[in-house]
Amino acid sequence: MEELVNLFHGFAVALQPFNIMVMVLGIVLGVIIGVLPGLGGANGVAILLPLTFSMPPTSAIIMLSCIYWGALFGGAITSILFNIPGEPWSVATTFDGYPMAQQGKAGEALTAAFTSSFVGALFAVVMITLVAPLVAGFALQFGPAEKFAVYFLAFCSFVGLSKEPPFKTIAAMMIGFALAAVGLDSITGQLRLTFGFTPLLNGFDFLIAVIGLFGIGEILLTMEEGLAFRGGKAKINLRVVLQTWKELPKYWMTSLRSCFIGCWMGVTPAGATPASFMSYGIAKRMAKNGKNFGKGEIEGVVAPETAAHAAGTSALLPMLSLGVPGSPTAAVLLGGLLIWGLQPGPMLFVEQKEFVWGLIASMYLGNIVGLIVVLTCVPIFAAILRVPFSIIAPLILVLCAIGAYSVHSSTFDVMLMLVFGVIGYLLKKCNYPLAPLVLAIVLGDKAEEAFRQSLLGSQGSFGVFLSNPLVSTIMILGLIALFWSLIQEGYSRLRSAATA
Amino acid sequence: MRRSTHLALGAIAALCTGGVAAPATAAWEPVRPVEFIVPAGTGGGADQMARTIQGIVTKHTLMKQPLVVINKSGGAGGEGFLDVKGSGGNPHKIIITLSNLFTTPLATGIPFSWKDLTPVAMLALDEFVLWVNADKPYKTAKEYIDAVKAAPAGSIKMGGTGSKQEDQIITVAVEKAVGTKFTYIPYKGGGEVAVQLVGNHVDSTVNNPIEAVAQWRGGKLRPLCVFDAKPMAYDEPIADGKAWKDIPTCKSAGLDMEYLMLRGIFMAPRATKDQVEYYVELFKKIRATPEWQDFMKSGAFNTTFLTGAEYAKWVEAEDKRHQALMKEAGFLAPSN
Repeated sequence: MEELVNLFHGFAVALQPFNIMVMVLGIVLGVIIGVLPGLGGANGVAILLPLTFSMPPTSAIIMLSCIYWGALFGGAITSILFNIPGEPWSVATTFDGYPMAQQGKAGEALTAAFTSSFVGALFAVVMITLVAPLVAGFALQFGPAEKFAVYFLAFCSFVGLSKEPPFKTIAAMMIGFALAAVGLDSITGQLRLTFGFTPLLNGFDFLIAVIGLFGIGEILLTMEEGLAFRGGKAKINLRVVLQTWKELPKYWMTSLRSCFIGCWMGVTPAGATPASFMSYGIAKRMAKNGKNFGKGEIEGVVAPETAAHAAGTSALLPMLSLGVPGSPTAAVLLGGLLIWGLQPGPMLFVEQKEFVWGLIASMYLGNIVGLIVVLTCVPIFAAILRVPFSIIAPLILVLCAIGAYSVHSSTFDVMLMLVFGVIGYLLKKCNYPLAPLVLAIVLGDKAEEAFRQSLLGSQGSFGVFLSNPLVSTIMILGLIALFWSLIQEGYSRLRSAATA
Repeated sequence: MRRSTHLALGAIAALCTGGVAAPATAAWEPVRPVEFIVPAGTGGGADQMARTIQGIVTKHTLMKQPLVVINKSGGAGGEGFLDVKGSGGNPHKIIITLSNLFTTPLATGIPFSWKDLTPVAMLALDEFVLWVNADKPYKTAKEYIDAVKAAPAGSIKMGGTGSKQEDQIITVAVEKAVGTKFTYIPYKGGGEVAVQLVGNHVDSTVNNPIEAVAQWRGGKLRPLCVFDAKPMAYDEPIADGKAWKDIPTCKSAGLDMEYLMLRGIFMAPRATKDQVEYYVELFKKIRATPEWQDFMKSGAFNTTFLTGAEYAKWVEAEDKRHQALMKEAGFLAPSN
């Protein structure tokens, strides 16, 4: 009960007029940052961090976390309208969100995305409020083997999803792994696959690949198909929000499942990206109309967005209680905490009650404010699709170029983005799925690192992946997900044999 | 013809500035935003320091132009170093360094040496402490070393930041002193390493104070000894009535290894004396602020401040030492 008293005290802090103003400002800035591909939450928070030094710490962290929420909301906008995910965890949102926009249902897709984000975040905040100390301890059980198991599960729940032939999926994934391997080998500390070419030191950044493959590739495709956006006839009034809301409760099961996946992945150090992919993959298998996923199914927007936000929010828990950031944005927030003399760690909840509960209260209020802000803007966003292609396409190109440049402030990346654009166009023409490629770029090097760390620790024994109940369970879940279709087929054969 | 006009213009410009700016008071000042390169990822020790400096500069308006922090962490920081190396004559770019100033060129063979840059100032030195999980029975470094010696070689896991960088160099030195082998497991960041130790996924670490202090205060980790010639200076109690000052030196426990990590500032090649002077003065002002002093205290930093020839001499000696350490450990890239 003491927690609730603390929480109400936190609300009192967060509801001070200055703090509410800061909240709205943070959300608006965050949405703008989220819309610009490549700028991303981490960069946005880093750029705006110094602005907050003149504020009291609680107001400052409220502002920064609201920028974070805003960026999470904003990332969905470009994914749905233009097929350009601004953040890694928005990739899965494009799978159904973009087809919906093309069918003239941009308003519905945006409403579903924003509402699901809100539900996911709210679920995670309630969890943080009630079970913070319990959950924080759970993250400690994750060593390299457990982390690898989680990545393994993410890959497995995604394999076999694609409508394309399995060999094309595997080929795309292998290209992704190869690209992820370029740069510094973090285990031996040596460079690999850079061929002495300095700009490759950094490897292929996920964002540059995605902006090129999706954004530029899509523009090339649209040019080929007649220089016009489909979906220009999207309804642009606020009624669409209410109509979508009527429909959303039907998907409560997907939503709840995605909340759990998201929270679990956010608390473990895996983060929002595998959460969104995994949630999409599992929803596709479980949902009644799973076969239509990828063609503009609203449930395919609900699942990844809910999970991504539940994960994004619950990732703040390990940051506050352990000092380990769950995402790059959280890492910058962590730096901010230290500057104000707040040392994240087990003692933060004891020594800085007012701050911690003020932050948690601002998570509730920030998300509500955020939802209102973005929902009222749905018609404006949807109206963007009515702008003629000849005006919007150059604007998107410029935005993409700025996004690619701002990742590492390097013009080489802009050229790389264009190359990826051509590759993306060719792969699409040959019906190679892009999603497995992207998944492999995002998670490939992390999975490799965790795998090699595990084997170093076990002195080369593969037994480490079955060495305790936690890691064994996750690995077995992964194997089940991998062979799910075979299991299903076997089961139905058994049943038909039994009835026959 | 073209070249001669350029020369002529240059000469005129030089005359003008020489004529006008001759009095010592009209020193150089940035006329554009200054890029502050961090050759490491967000959230790490160097990044935290750079962002603290950025915050102090903004809060106390110590510069007329903004200071912009940019992370260039690719290739173990090689990306950042090569960027500054390639910006010769650009006074609007400074870089904060850590030990990868020495280790990255040696381990990866990228074409870079600290001599390519212009030294500005040493801001502080970061300490290294030997940590174990607080649940373990070892109370002193000696008890721990005895346990390591008794265990089969390679069965004790040492966690650290990065591969063939400072943490692994110290690990190899400890191995030499003890006469056994650890299994060294590299992680991406110091905070992650500390948490892996709390979760008992590794047996010990050589985290910097700031990376592990929160877990020490929370009673999860125990410091055994510090890799410095003398104990740290801070006597404010942190946990169990113990202060940083109470941590004995590793030398006194029979581990003859001293290691301090540079937190220093460099400029691009071909910086003029005026320009270096500007930044030295700037950092002197930053060091005088209460925020900086708090930051030093929270991370138990060694606050040695060096500039000019003294600083260059220190860096040169440290470079030689790293070459020797890296060679001994077998960490040199094949091309070196």
